[in-house]
Amino acid sequence: MATFGSLALLIGLALAAYNLFAGGVALRLIATGQQAAISPERLADTARRAGIAVFVAVTAAAFALVFSVFNNDFSITYIMEHSNRALPGPYKFAALWSGQEGSLLLWCWLLATYGFVLRLRHKTDVKLYAYAGTILAGIQVFFLAVVNFAAPPFALLRGVMPADGNGLNPLLQYPEMVIHPPMLYLGYVGFSVPFAFGLGALMMRYPGEKWIKITRVWTLVTWLFLTCGVFLGMHWAYAVLGWGGYWGWDPVENASFMPWLTGTAFLHSVMMQEKKGMMKSWNVWLIFSTFLLTLLGTLLTRAGLVSSVHAFAQSSIGTWFTVFMGIVLAVCIFTYVLQRDHLRSDHQLESLVSRESSFLFNNLVLLTACFVILWGTLFPILSEYVQGNKVTVGAPFYNRVAIPIGLFLLFLTGVGPLLPWRATSLKAVKRNFIVPSIALWVTVAVCLLFGPRPVSTWFSEAGYFYALVAFALSASVFSAIASEFLRGGAVIAKQTGKNLLVSIYLLTRRNTRRYGGYLIHIGVVIIVIGLAGAAFNKNTEKELALHDKMSVGPYTLECVGFNQDSNANFNSDYAMLDVYQNGKKQFQMAPEKRVYLASQQPQTMVAVHSVLSWDLYVVFEGINPDTGQPIIKAFLNPLVSWIWAGVVLIVFGTFIALVPSLTPAGAAVKAPVTRAIQAEPVLKGGD
Amino acid sequence: MKAMFRNRKSLKALQAALLAVGVCFSIGATDATARYEKLNHQFMCSCGCGQVLGECNHVGCPSSPVQLAELKTDMANGMTDQQIFDGFAAKYGATVLAAPTTKGFDLVAWIAPFAVFLAALLGTILLVRHWSLGKKQVAEPASTPEMTAIRERIRRETGSEGSY
Repeated sequence: MATFGSLALLIGLALAAYNLFAGGVALRLIATGQQAAISPERLADTARRAGIAVFVAVTAAAFALVFSVFNNDFSITYIMEHSNRALPGPYKFAALWSGQEGSLLLWCWLLATYGFVLRLRHKTDVKLYAYAGTILAGIQVFFLAVVNFAAPPFALLRGVMPADGNGLNPLLQYPEMVIHPPMLYLGYVGFSVPFAFGLGALMMRYPGEKWIKITRVWTLVTWLFLTCGVFLGMHWAYAVLGWGGYWGWDPVENASFMPWLTGTAFLHSVMMQEKKGMMKSWNVWLIFSTFLLTLLGTLLTRAGLVSSVHAFAQSSIGTWFTVFMGIVLAVCIFTYVLQRDHLRSDHQLESLVSRESSFLFNNLVLLTACFVILWGTLFPILSEYVQGNKVTVGAPFYNRVAIPIGLFLLFLTGVGPLLPWRATSLKAVKRNFIVPSIALWVTVAVCLLFGPRPVSTWFSEAGYFYALVAFALSASVFSAIASEFLRGGAVIAKQTGKNLLVSIYLLTRRNTRRYGGYLIHIGVVIIVIGLAGAAFNKNTEKELALHDKMSVGPYTLECVGFNQDSNANFNSDYAMLDVYQNGKKQFQMAPEKRVYLASQQPQTMVAVHSVLSWDLYVVFEGINPDTGQPIIKAFLNPLVSWIWAGVVLIVFGTFIALVPSLTPAGAAVKAPVTRAIQAEPVLKGGD
Repeated sequence: MKAMFRNRKSLKALQAALLAVGVCFSIGATDATARYEKLNHQFMCSCGCGQVLGECNHVGCPSSPVQLAELKTDMANGMTDQQIFDGFAAKYGATVLAAPTTKGFDLVAWIAPFAVFLAALLGTILLVRHWSLGKKQVAEPASTPEMTAIRERIRRETGSEGSY
């Protein structure tokens, strides 16, 4: 199977190289109008078919690796290092991306899958897709070269084949790890597609803005995957690492967040290009940057340049990625310089107070946030270069620098929808801001008067102050967006006679992009509220003998048992804790500590009881060797479930935004009017 | 620049915003427990786990209990935050500090984000003004009665002044 897999990867590389070469020649012939022995259209089609065949070859290689894992073929080094016989089936599958070589193979396979879909849909716009397919082939050549020569997943073990493997990293033996990396990679790899379209459109001097419409679904889907990947990673860190938090500003976390920020900026600013023909160069560079950041993130975390608790797959492939990034950047700059006149935009704004301006400021803040994170991630390297010693740039730096920027972004999230395109009058601004302003100050008053802290302490600690600002802004933004739904819904209700809820549904269907976007913004607001809750985290630690008790927040935990268990994969110690609230037993928790047999590594299995107000998060810290009693650490983490709820709303909102809007005629069929309408309501269009 | 802030209200709003930012960065902990919690989040665990000292949760970690005990002792001895930082950095190396200091080259780490943000903010404001001034030089199309009627209808039906 190792030979089959290696051969499949070599064939994949050859096919991708053919796709790149033949596609490039064909496009050159078409562009210059030169004659050749084979017609350029036919040559381009053979290149496209080769691209489709790359998918088949890489799928065969991925299958070979999974097959080998399930068959415990420890003659393959990768499988020996990342699996063992007792590993449960789903985690054997996860072994595909648990190490350097396997995760790069997954990258290749996802890239091939995206390429397969892209090449099948070539009839949408044959020429643009030919350019995009050829550029994508260039990226495929790089990644396939890496897995063939720098990090081969089918390298055979030298010497005697061991009876069992080393097993999977215990941190990865968690259900979310089966879906988090593929989601994240779908996001990372997916940005290759809008990049290929953007670069292709620039190379061919694509007329108009249609290429943006064509790539919109690709970009949005990719963004959705990356969003899910980032938040699944947060949830995994929360449930597995056992330190009570979900985001530690680790370089790997930062690496996934940076392309998300630039991708989000692109999704906003691209609307300026669609509607007003503005910011063409900016958008092209945003998508270039997003793709380059995915490569940079991979370089940082895999080349060992920065250390991370998440960096499971470090090696010496840094040179490959550095060279490739250099080539990509050079191609981008060269193409831009050559074709920049094609990107000449009609930059006209009627007012500083307009939707266009809010998009500009939104981009400013998103990119500043990206810069701050990149700066913080790279500063240790820079500091070592300049002053000879590495400094640590950890959470205190980001909390102090990034949180104010994030709050400013939240403010813009609320302001943007309130501002119309082009210009507005002062009267309209005042009217639109009345409700959000009231919501803001009422929230401040409620927090100060009825909040969990005395009034003075809200201003004595940065965390509490930020939380207060976050709650107030969230209420303001929520009211601003909600009033948009209500205002539009009321107009439709007036015209159709339907109730308000149905009218809001119809409103959303008539402009899914705008109202889906608003739902995403509400999701962001809910997440911010959840994040702000971290300012009020409490924790306590105690060694518990049988029937000993400890308290955290409104809960009292009583130790009612301390047991041990074992299976073929791990041994575990766990405590049984009865949880009381107001003197009544509510539920039982069983935090656990495992030691995996193959790797002999310990792993925490946190017990979490989640309600809307807070999470009770209990960690089995270990056993006191002197007394043999368990040490329990209990956290009360307010509002954490809001973060996950916000993500669900973001996913829902993105799906809504992906659904085509109903045309006015379609809307009329869906909702027959009860009263005669004199004129079609002007609620279509715009974002 | 004067032209930008001709409007006194804008200037006041800017002053308020700067004051708010100032408050954000000047507020700090007061009581001993809060100070301990704050300080143990300013250091890294020196065992190599890459976690903040106050959050290190490794079973049998050889470093974090020792460091936390040292921190408590230093606080009990009445050392200032800066003295504690200096002491830890001298003993464990600069990497024990969870964030760059505000001295020497480390200061660049703190200045650069705000410098970039302010430069970008100023650039965006100037750009928006430039684009909006450019627009004023273009002749506006004459407002016809038909256009006025359509605008009125939009206002009536959407309940807003031309939004979207």
